[in-house]
Amino acid sequence: MVEQVRKLLEKRLGSTAELENLRRSILRKREPSRTCISVCGGTGCRASGAEAVVDALIDEIERRELQINVELKETGCHGFCERGPVVVIRPKRIFYQRVKPEDIPEIISETVLNGNIIERLLYVDPVTNEKIVYEPDVPFYKRQTRTIFGANGEIDPTDIEDYIAVGGYSSLNKALFQMSPEQIIEEVKRSGLRGRGGGGFPTGRKWQSCRDAEGDIKYVICNADEGDPGAYQDRSLLEGNPHSVLEGMIIGAYAIGSHNGYIYVRNEYPLAVRHARIAIEQAMDYGLLGGDILGSGFDFTVTINKGGGAFVCGESSALMASLEGKIGEPRAKYIHMSEKGLWDSPSLLNNVKTWANVPLIINKGAEWYSQIGTVGSKGTMIFSLVGKINNTGLVEVPMGITLRQMIYDIGGGIPNGKKFKAVQTGGPSGGCIPEQYLDTPVDFDELTKLGSMMGSGGMIVMDEDTCMVDVARYFIEFLKGESCGKCIPCREGLTRMSEVLSNITQGKGKREDLDILEDLAGILSGGALCALGTSAANPVLSTLGYFRDEYIAHIDEKKCPAGVCRELIQYSIDPEKCEGCLRCLRACPTGAISGEKRKVHTLNQGMCIKCGACYDVCKFDAVIKQ
Amino acid sequence: MALALDFPKVKAIVESYTEKVDSLIDSYADKKEELISLLQDVQAEFNYLPRDVLIKISQKLDIPLSQVFSVATFFRAFSLKPRGRHLVTVCLGTACHVRAGQRLVDKVERDYRIKPGETTEDMKFTLETVNCLGCCALGPVAVVDGKYESQMNPDKLDRVLRGCK
Repeated sequence: MVEQVRKLLEKRLGSTAELENLRRSILRKREPSRTCISVCGGTGCRASGAEAVVDALIDEIERRELQINVELKETGCHGFCERGPVVVIRPKRIFYQRVKPEDIPEIISETVLNGNIIERLLYVDPVTNEKIVYEPDVPFYKRQTRTIFGANGEIDPTDIEDYIAVGGYSSLNKALFQMSPEQIIEEVKRSGLRGRGGGGFPTGRKWQSCRDAEGDIKYVICNADEGDPGAYQDRSLLEGNPHSVLEGMIIGAYAIGSHNGYIYVRNEYPLAVRHARIAIEQAMDYGLLGGDILGSGFDFTVTINKGGGAFVCGESSALMASLEGKIGEPRAKYIHMSEKGLWDSPSLLNNVKTWANVPLIINKGAEWYSQIGTVGSKGTMIFSLVGKINNTGLVEVPMGITLRQMIYDIGGGIPNGKKFKAVQTGGPSGGCIPEQYLDTPVDFDELTKLGSMMGSGGMIVMDEDTCMVDVARYFIEFLKGESCGKCIPCREGLTRMSEVLSNITQGKGKREDLDILEDLAGILSGGALCALGTSAANPVLSTLGYFRDEYIAHIDEKKCPAGVCRELIQYSIDPEKCEGCLRCLRACPTGAISGEKRKVHTLNQGMCIKCGACYDVCKFDAVIKQ
Repeated sequence: MALALDFPKVKAIVESYTEKVDSLIDSYADKKEELISLLQDVQAEFNYLPRDVLIKISQKLDIPLSQVFSVATFFRAFSLKPRGRHLVTVCLGTACHVRAGQRLVDKVERDYRIKPGETTEDMKFTLETVNCLGCCALGPVAVVDGKYESQMNPDKLDRVLRGCK
């Protein structure tokens, strides 16, 4: 016990000098030329088998007794989830993708010990067919500006010393000892940082109003209830670099005069919860959280709160209700949460990404920060580039990059030679942007002008096989399920909208339905209580605006041009192409397909449930979907 | 034939659970506001929220049962019904949706005759859907007993489910 206390006291950093001494001693111990194998340990790569790769590496390194020469690091998400498990061998940053445990002995013997490159594990550029050896040369990374996300690939998120080694907590140091709270708020204001959670509210102004609000007790909250389907950058940041979020929160707390903080994180993100928890414990041990932080006399603690899986809890007042142990219903916000929030005290709530931007602004200054981006949107934004796109993953780019650069230069375009149809941004409250606007610069204001929004940074690419009516139905269905039910426009409006859209996708739509949809959209945006409702019609309005012809095809011709809406499509077998292989016959769950070996099969429409199993298994493209 | 139930053993199990539940609820005695997290702990223990435990929470922490019930039914993560031995969660986030995640649900619905939120009669499988697991690059995604299965199709999911005992 005494020994433990002594150790804890030893770790505790009581001053600026002690933090800098620790940083120097960590860096001294680290040999920059030493081989370091970093394996991405994000949820994505884990789903692809990263843990088995790590185990194989541990075994192989031990078997060859290389522990002294080779360092193994399980890092956070590198962003290139499509290619996982991802392994990077430093210092040269050799990039191997889709690595399997069987590849490990060869990686050690060939690459680590002999410096040879293993060709088959390299990434092949889908555009040029060129094999790429080094991580920075991969087009997916090359065109990014990874100021917030960059450290993810370098540090072990469960080791605070890794974060300190890359300059971590130096901003906190600067904020606590060289700046007054007013100066910090001024710096954040001048940086032009806007909230990364969706609304894009100027962060500095929010901080100011919370500092000015009356009350002895104030709270700082990190919103990690990333509910937008199709977005996962908050998860990756909290998983991969939790200390950067904590550091931002501590600086924010000092600036507004708060001593208690919460991280509200989705229960669906177990790894993020674990890493945030470890980070808090370590920061406490090192005296970077808790009482008398770095000997400054400032106290601040952070508690983790797991969400119950309700999308509406991403809304600030609903989130705070949930923190109080109540159901997550929003309230009208004529009084801002920054004045009366959690337990009726002034509360400063920011998104994970917003918090992670703060240390950077404090460290490098508002001038530096505001050089990146556009007039109205400063800095970088992390997007999750997903859907029908070659390079799926997380990308960090300066505000103002065009959609085309993002989708084609970084994302590598649409797979299988299909045609681009739309990109959906801003989650369920956003909209679908068609091809003619691909050269629009991406920032808060431009996306809003197009009837969409920045949101949390989800960017879902859709190709010619995506039905836009179905997409609108999907989002409305989603929002209907997630509406808390407190206000009538949202509860009833979404239910009605969903009925109308379902009818259209089932071929039961009428022309008047389009007017009804527009009417309902107006009621929602004018009458709903919170942003979930007021923005809920965006997916419908944007698809109606840009893809009205698809709605018309569903209504007038009873056809789904993309071949998605089940009631409007029909599968049949092309006798010219059918080889009689029995594959579809075996796959059919209802026995709707009959035939014999090497004879053309036939499909009984009456028995077909349109599950598409035959379409998937046919090797000769003989199953027609129309 | 005598009844093969070992009564002292059953009694011991019941008692150990009662003890566990009591100490769990007691550990939240002075933090009533953390009701959601208490319910999460209960669900982690029992796989669902048993009626008796909800009543006990209400009595011990002096929270109206109506409030406990409203929280337990508001959030998606909670189930008031016992769930099966294997939990199959299919992601229907946008990225999984455009890559045909719904067909995974259709497959399980068809083969096991359960809808999302339901459990098979033999208590083997519970099917649930989730709005996004944040593995959008790997969609469609299904999670079977906590293990993430990426780039799924109905056929692959079938194989995974057949492997469940």
